[in-house]
Amino acid sequence: MYRIAVLGDYDSIYGFAALGLNTFPVSTHEEAGEMLRRLAGGKYGIIYITEALAAELEHEIEKYKEQVIPAIIQIPGVSGNTGAGVVSVKKSVEQAVGSDILFS
Amino acid sequence: MASKQITPTRMELTKTKRKLVTARRGHKLLKDKRDELMRQFLELVKENMALRQKVEAGIQSANKNFVIAKAGMDEATLNTALMAPKQEVNLEVDQRNVMSVNIPVFDTKTRTADANDIYSYGFAFTSSDLDGAVKSLADILPDMLKLAETEKACQLMAAEIEKTRRRVNALEHVTIPEAQETIKYITMKLDENERSSQIRLMKVKDMMLEEAHRYSERA
Repeated sequence: MYRIAVLGDYDSIYGFAALGLNTFPVSTHEEAGEMLRRLAGGKYGIIYITEALAAELEHEIEKYKEQVIPAIIQIPGVSGNTGAGVVSVKKSVEQAVGSDILFS
Repeated sequence: MASKQITPTRMELTKTKRKLVTARRGHKLLKDKRDELMRQFLELVKENMALRQKVEAGIQSANKNFVIAKAGMDEATLNTALMAPKQEVNLEVDQRNVMSVNIPVFDTKTRTADANDIYSYGFAFTSSDLDGAVKSLADILPDMLKLAETEKACQLMAAEIEKTRRRVNALEHVTIPEAQETIKYITMKLDENERSSQIRLMKVKDMMLEEAHRYSERA
């Protein structure tokens, strides 16, 4: 049985706790990397991560891209939408097709 | 071709011919796999994009609601209200095989069936804005799960398509032409050998006839 984790700064994610997801507020870059590794190795099937944090941990996230579990999904934080989530979708199109023919 | 040492024998020829047949069949199969994967991927990625836009818009408006809710009450109250969640979401992970790519299928189970268990607080000290904020987030949750599923599937399929495409290209542009070239080279060499032994035999025959009948002396 897996759980769902939400990783990000406190202001962006505290609401998810009410829904029954596990929230992990982090403030520093190092803390976030450490936490992500722990969550990915543990019992979490989906990890939602704020776009701002994902930008800093791009290298770490890349490692889990080819694994079935966990799915690391970017969500916009409270400070606004950076468009990084959409960019990552476009990136997978580019990887598959060779160039972005759908959403350019 | 000259870069590789090939012994031009009949055995090598048979071996290379067999290799070519296998390569051709593998190429065709991989090409079919790539095409089918691509078709499914394009469908999935469109869905992924639509879901993502919907989820991002949903979370954004939920965040706005939370900011308003936070403004209406003091921080300590808000923290206490959300500290001990009543609801719990468990995730069941299954795997589905699409063209030899394992993609996850997520199924969630909430600890309690009551939809109102997302409100983990008494209503006395919190503003009604918080209720609305939590509700708006709860509404977007099913879409978020679907997004996780499709986005992960897209990532996995993209990686597989890339790999398959590489293999197809390697077979098409390296392995198959190389085998064809080798076959051509060996056939030519064998033909050449055959012609040269034929000529040698004819020459020997001429010499033996000359020996027996002495044509040159009679003329």
